[in-house]
Amino acid sequence: MSGKIITISSGKGGVGKSTTTANLGIALALLGKSVICIDADIGLRNLDVMLGLENRIVYDIINVVTKQCSLRKALVRDKHCSNLALLPAAQICDKSAISEDEMERIAREAAEQADFVFIDSPAGIEHGFRYAVKPADLVLLVTNPEVPAVRDADRVIGLLEAAGRAPVQLIINRLNPELVRRDVMLDADSIVNLLAIKLVGIVPEDPAILIAGNRGQPVVLDKQSLAGKSFRNIGRRLTGEEIPFMSLQAPSWLQRIFRFQR
Amino acid sequence: MRFANLFRQRRPDSDKKIATQRLQLVLSHDRANISPGMLEKLKDEIIAVISKHLDIESDQVCVNFQKNYRETRLVADIPLKKHTGRSKRV
Ligand SMILES: Nc1ncnc2c1ncn2[C@@H]1O[C@H](COP(=O)(O)OP(=O)(O)O)[C@@H](O)[C@H]1O
Ligand SMILES: [Mg+2]
Repeated sequence: MSGKIITISSGKGGVGKSTTTANLGIALALLGKSVICIDADIGLRNLDVMLGLENRIVYDIINVVTKQCSLRKALVRDKHCSNLALLPAAQICDKSAISEDEMERIAREAAEQADFVFIDSPAGIEHGFRYAVKPADLVLLVTNPEVPAVRDADRVIGLLEAAGRAPVQLIINRLNPELVRRDVMLDADSIVNLLAIKLVGIVPEDPAILIAGNRGQPVVLDKQSLAGKSFRNIGRRLTGEEIPFMSLQAPSWLQRIFRFQR
Repeated sequence: MRFANLFRQRRPDSDKKIATQRLQLVLSHDRANISPGMLEKLKDEIIAVISKHLDIESDQVCVNFQKNYRETRLVADIPLKKHTGRSKRV
């Protein structure tokens, strides 16, 4: 078996790469796929807490690189989905501890064991970014509806294009439908137009994500949350299903009253 | 002034529009790897070269990036002066 390797990247930090990795990992596991998430943000390990797995870690990616343990042994099984596993980042090393080739070897080995391998890329466009995108079959670029985030996304697309790397697709995260309606925030169409790459999903700004982060229970598990639904939809699109984009219109005052009554 | 304009309040550009326009500009400079100042200099040089051969309206010259999906091209719009006897075309 050789699964698909998908790197989640962004250029800019804090736009939601780790959130997206954790949620898409679970979304695909919920669809019955076997998934391995690799935390490639060495020195700034975070995917473990997002998945609520921080207490279960024994080995990390550097132990695998230095052959102190096998990949299989370093994988931490997720507590929500038995077919999802995490390869944690090392916390006390820095990114120079791993080379592009080593990352590629580990990702390929992971892809032998899973249908989908997600690599959570560090921010920036330096070494950490390069090793994270090296093995990718697809790069999912996460951006926010903000000038600096879109600009950085464009830079990353340019770098990937220049290197003749994997196809790039876009996820717009933290879109606030109410601000878009008021013409205060960039809308999805303008961003897609500017970046000129394929859109795979729009995730709304959702306080449920903050709560999910606190509890270590990704929002995709929350059936009520709109962001959770977006991630589930993106997951299905990644398996090749055609899912129409949700309407993220802000509710009108009439809808709000009815919702209030319910 | 048209009558209707008297009543039409001039609406300022929306924040969304401002953001889109600023991004458009920044992205085209980023992609071409040229700063706005360098582009201005390039424009002056183009004017200087063309003026050697043609009578042009140098103050109306427009040098800009045009984007089609992920392809960017530099487009120069250089109006010739009217009534200059024979007109050359490039
Ligand atoms: N759609 C969203 N709505 C609300 N908060 C979000 C959303 N996406 C991300 N966040 C918050 O933004 C912060 C940064 O997200 P993170 O995934 O760590 O970004 P990155 O990995 O790109 O640095 C987190 O605190 C997270 O809770
Ligand atoms: Mg992160």
